[in-house]
Amino acid sequence: MERFHAWRAPALSLLLLLLFIGAWHAATLPTASRQVVDPEYAKLVGAAAATGQKSAFPTPAEVGAKIWQHLKEPFYDHGPNDKGVGIQLAYSLARVIIGFLLAALVAIPVGFLIGMSPLVYRALDPFIQVLKPISPLAWMPLALFTLKDSGVSAVFVIFICSLWPMLVNTAFGVGAVRREWLNVARTLEVGPMRKALRVILPAAAPTIMTGMRISIGIAWLVIVAAEMLVGGTGIGYFVWNEWNNLSITNILTAILAIGLVGMALDLTLARLTRLVTFPE
Amino acid sequence: MAEPLIRIEGIAKRFAGRDGATATVFEDVHFAIERGEFVALIGHSGCGKTTILNILAGLEPPSAGYVIVGGREVAGPSLDRAVIFQSHALMPWLTTLGNIAFAVTSRWPAWSKAKVRAHCQQYIDLVHLTGAEKKRPAELSGGMRQRVGIARALAIEPKMLLMDEPFSALDALTRGSLQDEVSRICAETRQTVFMITHDVDEAILLADRIVLMTNGPEAKIAEIVVNTLPRTRTRYTVHREPHYYPIRNHLVDFLVSRSKQFNDAMPADYDPKRPPLVMPGLASTDSQLAAEAPLRVPPATKPLVAVAR
Repeated sequence: MERFHAWRAPALSLLLLLLFIGAWHAATLPTASRQVVDPEYAKLVGAAAATGQKSAFPTPAEVGAKIWQHLKEPFYDHGPNDKGVGIQLAYSLARVIIGFLLAALVAIPVGFLIGMSPLVYRALDPFIQVLKPISPLAWMPLALFTLKDSGVSAVFVIFICSLWPMLVNTAFGVGAVRREWLNVARTLEVGPMRKALRVILPAAAPTIMTGMRISIGIAWLVIVAAEMLVGGTGIGYFVWNEWNNLSITNILTAILAIGLVGMALDLTLARLTRLVTFPE
Repeated sequence: MAEPLIRIEGIAKRFAGRDGATATVFEDVHFAIERGEFVALIGHSGCGKTTILNILAGLEPPSAGYVIVGGREVAGPSLDRAVIFQSHALMPWLTTLGNIAFAVTSRWPAWSKAKVRAHCQQYIDLVHLTGAEKKRPAELSGGMRQRVGIARALAIEPKMLLMDEPFSALDALTRGSLQDEVSRICAETRQTVFMITHDVDEAILLADRIVLMTNGPEAKIAEIVVNTLPRTRTRYTVHREPHYYPIRNHLVDFLVSRSKQFNDAMPADYDPKRPPLVMPGLASTDSQLAAEAPLRVPPATKPLVAVAR
């Protein structure tokens, strides 16, 4: 590989960002030409947009100002339809974390069982294969009907979508523990609990953590859609609400926030994975 | 004569072939290991050497026959028989100390932390790893890793040590110095050892008796070579001993040609229950002569050999 200075990649990233913002800015500049528009339409979308003087799509500066405004006051609460982005993100994060942890609580022990016992693996495999490809949102009506609470249903949807990657990875990691480590445990007459916790768990930990990383990524994808459906609170609901308000600026702010939080979740799990991974 | 520490009686390993026929890896394997003795087993790949070691360790059941240790049949792995694996088999998430302590706490679960630590340190010092206690296997060289494996096996103070080609993954220099150390440690602790190898020089340096296996399938013990070299041999002096070349030539000759032909041209008086004991070292001090006509001492005329202690 060609050697390059450490600053070059970030510099290129910054350049690309500036190019993107520049193009965006140019595309949303008000146009000089006046044109006649239907007054009904003008009333609907706003005079400036209808006449073409100004696009309804916000300029980078407007979005920047909005982000600054949200950053100054992220946790304000002015009633059910006007809460700060921070509060909405916190609601979404709480749902994702609860659903994710519940899924881990189920998936890791069950995955251990599947990985250690070929019989259990064969018995459960058809169920897993059928349930795994189901879109988590397809469970939503069923969850709403049985759980009768939209917030709990959203957590359930997160639970069900986080379950499979963790389950499959745990089973795989546990099943693929190096034979020689198990033989060491056997020649040392290590009991089953000690073997599971001191040999199999650390050996499978990197694979289990990879499953958790995939799960949290999917959970964060799904929560936005789930909250658009259940409404009330959360960043997904915020996006939908701002669509109803026709506030593209707020939607763009929310999209950026969703991306940043998703990245933070992924980086956290990646760091945790590195903590339990040891080169041989 | 006292009961040997371990007796192998007619063990065999067979696999069911795809066409319904059974494939026999080895069969009718009989030998015994005395307390404090170092026995090496030599044979080509595919003769089931590792399987024999796994059966002795209790990791695999034999298809037929028994292994009797201290008057009892081996039914599974035991802390009395420690295994040094070919590829060290250290847990990469544990440090040197952690790997050894895992074994020590498995043997003596009631021991206090300080006692475990002191016990581990004793064996870390024994294999000359002092200072590497906090290092993980990835930070150690191949030779150091194998030392940790040796310390882990010795630290549980087993009745018997089983080594599966312990030095084969190492470079020649490291292998030499580790062989010297194993020979020193075994002499100091009077440890009973069974080692699998395919290295003739390693077997002569370390073992008191060398079990020769014919090629698989249907491998057998062709004979057992008694190492008549003085027990104080070292890597630097072993090749100057008068018995060295006769024994070495005998072993090489076996591996090169006789291991293949043995099953076709079995001696008339061959009895798998009592494989012939041979002492090529005593046959002649002239290596040339020994190479041309390796002397087989028939078991009937030869008194039972008491291994020099």
